[in-house]
Amino acid sequence: MQKIGVFVCWCGSNIAATVDVKAVAESAYSCPGVVYATDYQYMCSESGQTMIKQAIKEYGLTGIVIASCSPRMHETTFRKTAQAAGLNPYMVEIANIREQCSWIHKDMEVATEKAKVLLRAAVAKLNLNKPLTAGTSPVTKRALVIGGGIAGIQTALDIADAGYKVDIVEKKPTIGGKMAQLDKTFPTLDCSACILTPKMVDVAANENVKIYSYSEVESVSGFVGNFTVKIRKKARYVKEDLCTGCGACTEKCPSKKARNEFNMGLDTRPAIYIPFAQAVPKLAVIDPNACIKLKTGKCGLCERVCEAKAIDYTQKDEIIEEQYGAIVAATGFNPIKLDKFGELGYQYPDVVTSLEYERLMNAAGPTKGHVVRPSDGKKPKRIVFIQCVGSRGQSCRDKSYCSKICCMYTAKHAILTKDHYPEMDVKVFYIDVRTPGKNFDEFYRRAVEEYGVEYIKGQVGKVYEENGKMMVQGSDLLSNEQLTIPADLVVLATAIEPDESARSVATMLTASMDTNDFFTEAHAKLRPVESPTAGIFLSGTCQGPKDVPETVSQASAAAAKVIGLLAKDYLTGNPCVAGADPMICNGCSQCANVCPYGAISYVEEEVRGPGVREVRRFARVNEAVCQGCGACTVTCPSGAMDLKGFTNRQIMAEVDAICK
Amino acid sequence: MQVNESKEFKPTIVAFCCNWCSYAGADLAGSGRLSYPADVKIIRVPCSCRVNPLFILRAFEKGADGVIMCGCHPGDCHYSTGNYYARRRMTMLFSMLDYMGIERERTRVEWVSAAEGAKFAATMNDFIETVTKLGENRKLRDLRCKK
Repeated sequence: MQKIGVFVCWCGSNIAATVDVKAVAESAYSCPGVVYATDYQYMCSESGQTMIKQAIKEYGLTGIVIASCSPRMHETTFRKTAQAAGLNPYMVEIANIREQCSWIHKDMEVATEKAKVLLRAAVAKLNLNKPLTAGTSPVTKRALVIGGGIAGIQTALDIADAGYKVDIVEKKPTIGGKMAQLDKTFPTLDCSACILTPKMVDVAANENVKIYSYSEVESVSGFVGNFTVKIRKKARYVKEDLCTGCGACTEKCPSKKARNEFNMGLDTRPAIYIPFAQAVPKLAVIDPNACIKLKTGKCGLCERVCEAKAIDYTQKDEIIEEQYGAIVAATGFNPIKLDKFGELGYQYPDVVTSLEYERLMNAAGPTKGHVVRPSDGKKPKRIVFIQCVGSRGQSCRDKSYCSKICCMYTAKHAILTKDHYPEMDVKVFYIDVRTPGKNFDEFYRRAVEEYGVEYIKGQVGKVYEENGKMMVQGSDLLSNEQLTIPADLVVLATAIEPDESARSVATMLTASMDTNDFFTEAHAKLRPVESPTAGIFLSGTCQGPKDVPETVSQASAAAAKVIGLLAKDYLTGNPCVAGADPMICNGCSQCANVCPYGAISYVEEEVRGPGVREVRRFARVNEAVCQGCGACTVTCPSGAMDLKGFTNRQIMAEVDAICK
Repeated sequence: MQVNESKEFKPTIVAFCCNWCSYAGADLAGSGRLSYPADVKIIRVPCSCRVNPLFILRAFEKGADGVIMCGCHPGDCHYSTGNYYARRRMTMLFSMLDYMGIERERTRVEWVSAAEGAKFAATMNDFIETVTKLGENRKLRDLRCKK
């Protein structure tokens, strides 16, 4: 029989104003097992906790019930209190009489009665509690970063600087991500490559960092501190250890018509290519869809010109298995596809997206930084920018959210354009101009005031071609006019969305996502860089639209969290795990089928019990892997499987106490 | 006018809430001071998939007038797949209970996220109203149960 102590908290007046705490404490004595009951103003305070500790010792309590706020608030606090007094921390139950009672009821009588029932249920459960001991598991001191953009690079650098090993998996042949494609960065107009490429070199040179480029995560198993990850290293058809990145092969390659992804398809590249001059690692890669040798078996020119003998047409994908303690998702974003925005004329060559415009302006881009019309190569006289393309919309083709970066990069494009070509006419259609951020609004005002960029409040309904000009039809809401503006080039500030790989990565990590496929954070305000799944962290735009400075700060924050985890030698697990009674289990395997963690295996061992001594096949739960969801307990047809801390009998006792 | 309070039917309602979404949703309803009748008592379970159909039978047997199970939205389960199992089990159970004479309206599954305090309160208000209209559950009640 348990000796239970009951402690009813007033929570100042939060509980005491609507619940008769004295009556609730008094009622506890009618519950089985209760030997002591009291109430106090603030149970969680130092003096409240001292009171609990004293009572545990004085009355020889075997368990305590605290009637107070939600267990999500102070369960850990009171467990520590119990532990300090020599009690097993799992001999503590909380009756939630604040969030689920005093705060939602006004009538004192009603609230008091409900509090008594909630207390009764907690005592009934506690009567069946058993002391539990949490197992520990070692931490693999190596982190994995999925995605090698600026977010992944920064996270990896910070983790590596703290002295831990970290691997980056990047699906493209080079790290750098979207930032490598940008021309300048707002609001300071630093050259993007000048601030990014040194970081790319740093990360590659760091002895704690290993980069798996042109690789993808194939599968993830395990749990916080002990993840096992399979990485698919896609065939480059080039030996990484031999290639010097000289580029001789790319010059000689006869197949030069492949779409150049780095330049957003504005020009072409050979079948064997190096994505861009500052690529890290600077290795050639063969595009199997364009390579004549791989498609037809004839050619082999690159093999002949390669002095390093690095070409290997027979290379196959390789699967690498690695162990990690923590995983950071840094999967990034993409501009949305515009095939559903036919009215905005993206099918015309002279209507480009912002990222394409970024490449047009870049000195290393397809036009060497000269802004020209893709259709005829002539310099445009008037450029019209259209903001919020696909952002903040209600229809199914739109994103409901604000993509956050478009106002600023459009202002940047406008300023840079005017800087290079002061005579050019630049107009911007906008719904709102949103420029919160340090020196952001000043930057936008400079575009308007200093550079004379014309901002037109209104949306564009149609873009069409007439006599070689792009006609932009829209409304000016401020003057209430319908406008048709002939432009030479139209730039669409497209919404951004999570990278298409994010969904499958999230599924592998069992990390949750919101309706837009952005990763959700453990707490929107207080734990913004952690996923609700333990050991999974979030970095950069995979969590929501962000600009570069925000991405970098979040990346460092995620790294700090990872370092905090890797600094531990052991993690204390959750003792509320499942377990099968070998006396009852008949080894039917149904529980293993529903276990999302693969924590259940089957063993054949001798079972000893009253009148039984035989070898039986039964389920065994790996307590380090089990997360304690309880799916197996309900599936088990014989009732052999139970969940510690939430046993069948405990929950039934609660049901009984409530329905009494 | 004097109202005889004792004659007014007050249902007994058991709510199973998963720790990660719905229990947190209930807490949020509390911190938002969103009221719903005191007739509902919450039992915290780690996941909706921990709710054994037998617990629900037990509740009805012991005198509950309605049972509601709340979990994370499909796709958002903390344990990734738990609520899918729960959904399937409850679909089966509720139709069987209905067949046995425990009205379909006395049982409910609702997905409430940790951010949906208002939804939690609204759901409880609606469910309690529905069960109150149905009246007492006499079908499966253990005769030893006081009421």
